Amino acid sequence: MGILEVKNVGKRFGGLQALGDVNLSVAENSVHAIIGPNGAGKSTLLNCLVGKLIPDTGSVMFDGQSVLGRTPYEINQMGISRVFQTPEIFADLTVMENMMIPCFAKRDGAFKLNGIKSVESEAEIRDRAEAMMEDMNLAEKRHMHAASMSRGDKRRLEIAMCLAQEPRLLLLDEPTAGMARADTNNTIDLLKEIKQKRDITIVIIEHDMHVVFSLAERITVLAQGTPLVEDVPSKIKGHPKVREAYLGETAAA
Amino acid sequence: MLGLNKKDATLLGVVAVLVIFAPFILNPFPADSAMAQFNAGYPDLMQRFVIFGIFAVGFNLLFGLTGYLSFGHAAFLGVGSYSAVWMFKLLSMNVIPAILLSMVIAGLFALLIGFISLRRTGIYFSILTLAFAEMSFRLAYSVLTPITNGETGLQLTLEDPRILGQTATESGGIPVTNLFGLEMRSTEVLNLGGWSFQFNNGYYMAGALLLVAFYISIRIFRSPFGMMLRAVKSNQQRMNYTGLNTKPYTLAAFVISGMYAGLAGGLMASMDPLAGAERMQWTASGEVVLMTILGGAGTLIGPVLGAGFIKYFENIFSKINEAVLHSWFHALPDGLENAIVWVFEHFVGSGWHLTLGLLFMLVVTFLPGGLVEGGQRLGRLFGRKKDAEEKTATQSTPAE
Repeated sequence: MGILEVKNVGKRFGGLQALGDVNLSVAENSVHAIIGPNGAGKSTLLNCLVGKLIPDTGSVMFDGQSVLGRTPYEINQMGISRVFQTPEIFADLTVMENMMIPCFAKRDGAFKLNGIKSVESEAEIRDRAEAMMEDMNLAEKRHMHAASMSRGDKRRLEIAMCLAQEPRLLLLDEPTAGMARADTNNTIDLLKEIKQKRDITIVIIEHDMHVVFSLAERITVLAQGTPLVEDVPSKIKGHPKVREAYLGETAAA
Repeated sequence: MLGLNKKDATLLGVVAVLVIFAPFILNPFPADSAMAQFNAGYPDLMQRFVIFGIFAVGFNLLFGLTGYLSFGHAAFLGVGSYSAVWMFKLLSMNVIPAILLSMVIAGLFALLIGFISLRRTGIYFSILTLAFAEMSFRLAYSVLTPITNGETGLQLTLEDPRILGQTATESGGIPVTNLFGLEMRSTEVLNLGGWSFQFNNGYYMAGALLLVAFYISIRIFRSPFGMMLRAVKSNQQRMNYTGLNTKPYTLAAFVISGMYAGLAGGLMASMDPLAGAERMQWTASGEVVLMTILGGAGTLIGPVLGAGFIKYFENIFSKINEAVLHSWFHALPDGLENAIVWVFEHFVGSGWHLTLGLLFMLVVTFLPGGLVEGGQRLGRLFGRKKDAEEKTATQSTPAE
């Protein structure tokens, strides 16, 4: 039984069957990649996992509990964090404040009317944020406005914010989309380091095969809303069905 | 000090000094001089400065922090005023229960309107609040006449029951609002040379409450709650995916800000115990938006400055009339004098809104951060000048 169990999930938008009948089992503490050509339903699937979309059929279980019908913040409080394709950070706030918010969310839950204390006096939260920034090489930028950082640093900050919540499952939606090769490699190293240091399950949706094959322990190939194959990377590489769906090559070629 | 850092404590101190010495600061010209009409140190106007200051500080807690632009805040002000007048009619002429009730009722009203309006963001939220405020105005104006006394406005009468206190004074008049016997309307006048400074009880009570309101606003700005509100403004999506429920945060901000408006409304009624529906009209809601943006939305001191600025110009400019203009320009040849007066008279008196519009356009275009940004730029300019002067001073050492 995996930490994330997706069973018979289907989702239809008007006349378009975005997801047909998706079954997916992600083992705890593994790195699982979901790949597939454009329009395969990768993002729809991800949105069904975090509560942004509710699937028409099927079930999504996280750690034995259903996530269906819960709002994104409730699902996050269950232990699922999401990194977006374009970094979603608090652009108007400083890096330090960006880091403190998930620490507050972890400690105080979805809502707390904490208007008496000052942010400065919250030593425990500041320490946690500082430690996380130190860990993620963001410490020198702590007073910078998040909006003025480079794309790579924004990505790093977003991942750091997710990790500050100590999630059990980290979902990454094309984390290297639109990045230069050097930044992509940095992100790969960062994710590898994260995996080494912590007990965390990572599900990654990615276009870039270089990223997928450097990180993933298992790969699910999605095409037209249904999983084609699920296997270890070495088997996926040469799989005729994958080549056909993904690269548009015929099996004979 | 008081749980504030040095910078904030200084700011609070500056505001406190301004409030305490306002009767002097706002009265720079001798009473019988030609410039006396620019004096603003009389009780009625000073009360308005601080009351609208409170209103704008509260509005800024919502708009400045969360970015939700409410176009219906005057509704809470009006509700506050009505509640206070009812308290004067039924319970006692002491202002404390009246102000407390205004805050509670305005808070409950804000809870209701906020709960519905906050389902939408951006322009839809603004339109919803505007619609609610207009509905409240119409209700107060006609439908709810038994409670609001319709277009006449709610006033004290000689038949009010007043449980704790007398229905009428011994001399047969309506009792006046007071704070444990201290009459709100009474004013001490200090004549010093040609100057006459006025110290009004009501002003100082409202001023004290402005300081409390300002202090609470600083604490909220610096608290984790305030940081969450700024996060709401910055990125709601990230909030949701960080396990935070944005709805109670925005609703709490809306209610707190509505209670500030209720306090302002209650104070207005405490200074002058009547309440009319026009206090809820959309122009009144728009005014507090102007004050906050003009002063600097999202800054601590901005709303107070904006409120003072608008109320000062409203009162001073609207007092200038054609005769005053003629007296200013009488030295000029007749034709020229008439031409100049003809141009200027459209910008003063009842046309002062034209001036306000121009000022607002200039500020928003050239100082998007409001008066506070203007102040910062001036500060930087002088800072640089000082630096430059020091440099030239060191450079100009003669090489003889």
